[in-house]
Amino acid sequence: MLQIKNLHASVEDKEILKGINLEVKPGEVHAIMGPNGSGKSTLSSVIAGKEEFEVTEGQVILEGEDLEDVSPEERAHKGIFLSFQYPVEIPGVSVTNFMKTAINEGRKAKGLEDMPANEMLKLIREKSEMLEIDRKFLSRSLNEGFSGGEKKRNEIFQMAMLEPKVAILDETDSGLDIDALRIVSNGVNKLRSKDNAVIVITHYQRLLEYIVPDFVHVLHNGKIVKSGGKELALELEEKGYDWLKNEATV
Amino acid sequence: MSLKDKLVSSFMAFENNVDVEHPVHEVRVDALKNFENKGFPSKKEEAWKYTSLKSLEKIDFSIFPKEKNTLEYKDVKEYFINEIDTYKIVFIDGIFSSYLSETTHDGVDICLMSSALSKPMYKQIIEVYFNKIASKDDSLTTLNTAFSKEGAYIYIPKNKMPKKPIEIIHFATGNEASLMLQPRNLVVVEENAEVQILERHQSLTSNEVLTNCVTEIFAADSAIVDYYKIQNDAENASLIDNTYVNQKNKSVVNVHTFSFGGKLTRNNLNFFQNGEYMDSVMKGVTILGAKQHVDHHTLVHHIEPNCESHQDYKGIFAENSTGVFNGKIIVDKIAQKTNAFQQNNNILISDKATINTKPQLEIFADDVKCSHGCTIGQLDEDAMFYLQSRGIPQKEARALLMYAFANNVLASVRIPELKIRINKLIANKLGVNLGFDI
Repeated sequence: MLQIKNLHASVEDKEILKGINLEVKPGEVHAIMGPNGSGKSTLSSVIAGKEEFEVTEGQVILEGEDLEDVSPEERAHKGIFLSFQYPVEIPGVSVTNFMKTAINEGRKAKGLEDMPANEMLKLIREKSEMLEIDRKFLSRSLNEGFSGGEKKRNEIFQMAMLEPKVAILDETDSGLDIDALRIVSNGVNKLRSKDNAVIVITHYQRLLEYIVPDFVHVLHNGKIVKSGGKELALELEEKGYDWLKNEATV
Repeated sequence: MSLKDKLVSSFMAFENNVDVEHPVHEVRVDALKNFENKGFPSKKEEAWKYTSLKSLEKIDFSIFPKEKNTLEYKDVKEYFINEIDTYKIVFIDGIFSSYLSETTHDGVDICLMSSALSKPMYKQIIEVYFNKIASKDDSLTTLNTAFSKEGAYIYIPKNKMPKKPIEIIHFATGNEASLMLQPRNLVVVEENAEVQILERHQSLTSNEVLTNCVTEIFAADSAIVDYYKIQNDAENASLIDNTYVNQKNKSVVNVHTFSFGGKLTRNNLNFFQNGEYMDSVMKGVTILGAKQHVDHHTLVHHIEPNCESHQDYKGIFAENSTGVFNGKIIVDKIAQKTNAFQQNNNILISDKATINTKPQLEIFADDVKCSHGCTIGQLDEDAMFYLQSRGIPQKEARALLMYAFANNVLASVRIPELKIRINKLIANKLGVNLGFDI
């Protein structure tokens, strides 16, 4: 479904990703772990098409199509979703109106008419209930004054609405208390299917107790230095990252 | 003949239509002398450095409309906040239209300046308030004072609040090739009284219109005044708006200025805080394109201790438009514990658009909190990426962010239907369908 081949990316001539290889198949959950500054967030931004990063070598391929020169909005239309670590506040635009805009822009790109209002409302109701989101919350300005937990829950709500093929969750666990973590993870688990895939980017093992990965990859200094099953996350929790850094240097 | 000469020589004709025995007429005569001495301000004056009236002075404006014109409500309905019931004081080419208006004397006076300036029952109020805070020195204000005759007169007695908001609308029909209008408004809100006022100047054709308006607002102890200026006029309409606000203890006066249209707009907004524990709020959204020009000059004079002022002006400038923001704050030596805040944020979306922004702080007290900030920038890249990553194309994402930027100022608009109106105007002005009903 998603293939990343020898991906190199730089920002302002500083190379951050130094040859990443990753293959994600439908139905799989991949966790990418690593210390601060290892390139985790850069990898997620590059997959989503942030123009600030320059891909100097390698490819990101979605369902056989090379995404080089594909804009972030077109990537979204093709089924990539990024849950942001720091969602942006948009005053004056309610969560509902923002979702209507996003969904209808996606439909426009596919040559479809706007989604009928009653259908939209039904969809919003269904997905907000799944994430235990209050009706009042939906009429608030997007992310404005939201707590850390509310922002993350709202990101997953957007994911639920947009039904992506590949969802990348960038540090979705940061700033979440245990209840919010449970709700957010349950939401993600309900959205999993044999036709989509999830990439969980996290610093800690905690989230992976709820969203159980099929594969765990350790990113260090712009490269994947170790891959394994879910037990690798536990090992990292116990030993930290230093032993891998040493291993990588050796 | 220059516009100045034409105005001065029209004064005799004007005198034929007013009561020259009324004490106000002496005020007019003095004001005319001041204007005659000073003439129109030129770019040599610091306060007019970035706004030139030269091209307007060359136009042969009619000073009085030749005939009384009428309009059908259905043709101008869209300019009213017609979703809600309001009192209406409507003028067509400077002449009161009783047909389009809804005035009242039911516990409050919402009526005409011409009545207030001629009928004995208003004499006392006029004596106490008329031309008491309007400048006797500023040439354009005195020009208006000299020709003051018609406009809105609003008097809200102690503890009263009108049942509904008041709309003051000046229509220009375009039946004159070019017309100059000089409305004069007086708003007196007594102790613990409250009022909401919307004001708009609307030309209905592309003929030239120049409006030189003066509004005096008096807010007594604990009074609350919400004043909304909707400036979305036609392409050849220019406005010089001079507003003077006098506030007393614990009063709150909010002035919102929405500048989207017109050719040249100059807003002179002056607050005098004659009391303690009060708040003066000035908010503005300016969205311009083509060769439009809007100049906001604000003044807050903190005269007594323990008061606040808040200014928040946002501007978006496209094409060849130009903007000016000059915010002056004076804090007198005895005005300790003053909190004065001023923000002016601008986005330039064209290489040819210009904004000149200048804070001017004169602080003589030592125990005060004053802050000011002006920014001129482009849109936030991270925010753009966030919206695009949700499938919203670049153009729409940009419009949505500009909408959000301007929308921030609307939180303090207390008439929901007006807020919706302004939201829609902002969306339209940004030229993009936001994909939802606001």
